[in-house]
Amino acid sequence: MAKTDKIKYLIIGNSAGGIGAAEAIRELDKAGTMAIVSDEPYPAYSRPLISEHLFEGRPLERMLYRAPDFYEQNNIQAVFGEKVAQVDFSGHSLKLESGRSLAWQKLLLATGGVPIVPRMEGGDAKDVFTFTRLDDAKAIDKFLNKHKGKTQALVIGGGLIGVSATEALVRRGVKVCIVEMKDWILNTILDEEGAALEAKALVEADVDIITGHTVAKINKSPSGAVDGAVLDDGRSIAADLVVVAIGVTPRLELADGQLKTNRGIIVDRRMATSQPDVYACGDVAEAYDFVFGENRVTPVWPNAYVGGRIVGQNMAGGKAEYQGGTAMNSLKYFGVNIVSAGMVAPPDKSYEVIIQRGDGIYKKVILKDGLITGLVFAGDIEKSGIIYNLMKDKVRVDGFKEELVSDDFGLASLPEEIWRARLAVPPSEEAFIVPPVEPPEEVVMDE
Amino acid sequence: MKKVYVKEEVCIGCRLCEVYCQLQHAHSSDLVKAFKKESPPPLPRLRVDERGVVSLSVRCQQCDDAPCVQACLTGALERNPESLLVTVDEDRCIGCWTCVLVCPLAAIKQDKEQKKALKCDLCQGEEIPVCVANCPNEALVYVEEPDSTLKVESPATQGHE
Ligand SMILES: Cc1cc2nc3c(=O)[nH]c(=O)nc-3n(C[C@H](O)[C@H](O)[C@H](O)COP(=O)(O)OP(=O)(O)OC[C@H]3O[C@@H](n4cnc5c(N)ncnc54)[C@H](O)[C@@H]3O)c2cc1C
Ligand code: SF4
Ligand code: SF4
Repeated sequence: MAKTDKIKYLIIGNSAGGIGAAEAIRELDKAGTMAIVSDEPYPAYSRPLISEHLFEGRPLERMLYRAPDFYEQNNIQAVFGEKVAQVDFSGHSLKLESGRSLAWQKLLLATGGVPIVPRMEGGDAKDVFTFTRLDDAKAIDKFLNKHKGKTQALVIGGGLIGVSATEALVRRGVKVCIVEMKDWILNTILDEEGAALEAKALVEADVDIITGHTVAKINKSPSGAVDGAVLDDGRSIAADLVVVAIGVTPRLELADGQLKTNRGIIVDRRMATSQPDVYACGDVAEAYDFVFGENRVTPVWPNAYVGGRIVGQNMAGGKAEYQGGTAMNSLKYFGVNIVSAGMVAPPDKSYEVIIQRGDGIYKKVILKDGLITGLVFAGDIEKSGIIYNLMKDKVRVDGFKEELVSDDFGLASLPEEIWRARLAVPPSEEAFIVPPVEPPEEVVMDE
Repeated sequence: MKKVYVKEEVCIGCRLCEVYCQLQHAHSSDLVKAFKKESPPPLPRLRVDERGVVSLSVRCQQCDDAPCVQACLTGALERNPESLLVTVDEDRCIGCWTCVLVCPLAAIKQDKEQKKALKCDLCQGEEIPVCVANCPNEALVYVEEPDSTLKVESPATQGHE
């Protein structure tokens, strides 16, 4: 490509955010040149599926987020397996690690997150893994294939990624011990009671959970392999491999010092960064959170995709605004269904909490001034979407708040104008023109 | 596109729509066999919500912005470009239920055994969806969206899509 030939849309990151943007761009601009750069050498795959890859060998073809011919069909240059080393924001160009330069007109940073790996003694042992990429799952798979016989794993961090890695390891026959620094696992996405339901299922699957402690040291064998670990209280844990899953942090390496950042890259409601023609979305961005009413990092797949779509519309010349996202998760690990969104615990006494408990069922809604600010549903999650959308729409629920957690809660429990709008039911006098429907008696049933 | 709408004032909550939906998605086309012999029992893709005199037969409205499609972790939920139907690719669905959390109508059903999301497919292959055809009260209609101002705009509508 000639140097003057600027790529109209350049996207760094080939995952939820990048694909969301690419799709939205192509809905508005079929022809503008587009390239997606990623240091992962694969077409976009569903990152959460790396767990399935590890436990059932789900091949890449069955992990793909889009059809195999997606890039071809959409006329997108795929620059995969190449890392962007540096961006010249004002010069509208960037440098790949391979030395090649690319010039662009509009740029998206959808660079996601990087796993946090704390410094600890023995952290450089051979079989210490992280678990955020397909290649991580492949590396652990390779390790397990080599180590026949009883294998023990230490998972550091009991968050979503730690639990996801644990499920895969358990299903591979590995004995797992999770060490979580805080008082309960999944503490960033669940309250204590919701997390206890997941913890129970983990313990039933023979997983050891140690909370309130950290790992002080990983023991190395003379060959450099993992040989157990020592906790901060001196306790020894047997382990042949370690998975570090403390969390992910926005991957800011390209933005540092050049774009306005806080925890993530700060973007406005159009998902634009502090530099002209440069956008950010997904795990790397700090975008509007509609529950907290401020910018926050909400590292979940749906928000990356939806934010990406807003970016794409704006890159292609539209004027789209991000309605905002909030933390939202749906867990299915070890057969327990739990969803949460927004706040999972009331920050202070001015909030109201409505709870219903039953056999394996836990439903909790947090309210402030008649508006929903958070939910945790476990066991029976079927109606959680109605609640989530009442929260997102900022619908006042004072009049029927107790209903939100009842067994037979449904659309009919909502004020009439809301279910009419949701179902597009016109006010009753405006009857529909009934289409020519066969009378029911004529419908022949197999007897 | 044509969608199913409920005429609330004549829906009496008899749940025949649910029964016929189950049958339509059962292995057997025999009502008795489908209900008494199939294990697991066939699952309906709609639900009847009731409160006092209000009963509503609720199914996927194939939203224009389809928040479920946008949220799906794996790409299993898609909009068919021809039929405009929102569909689930069973092979790609992992039963993570992220779609359940974002659907404003709670219209995604969970096949917990197979760990697959289920939803209304407007009875592909039938001229009229069976729930509509079998409602004794004609409380369900299968028509083109009545009026663009009444279109189902899910609250998750983002920007100008
Ligand atoms: C095991 C696991 C389970 C998960 N489960 C869930 C779940 O159940 N639900 C949910 O909502 N979310 C889940 N997530 C989180 C979800 O995967 C992320 O929120 C989502 O992937 C974010 O998408 P993204 O596009 O922002 O970035 P990412 O998916 O992180 O992709 C960013 C891409 O950019 C590339 N990149 C970054 N910098 C450069 C550079 N300089 N040069 C070239 N390429 C670069 C990266 O290599 C990467 O490929 C899970 C994550 C993991 C790891
Ligand atoms: S969000 Fe719900 S109602 Fe809308 S298309 Fe998806 S399943 Fe159907
Ligand atoms: S349950 Fe299936 S269809 Fe729903 S979000 Fe998860 S993978 Fe997609």
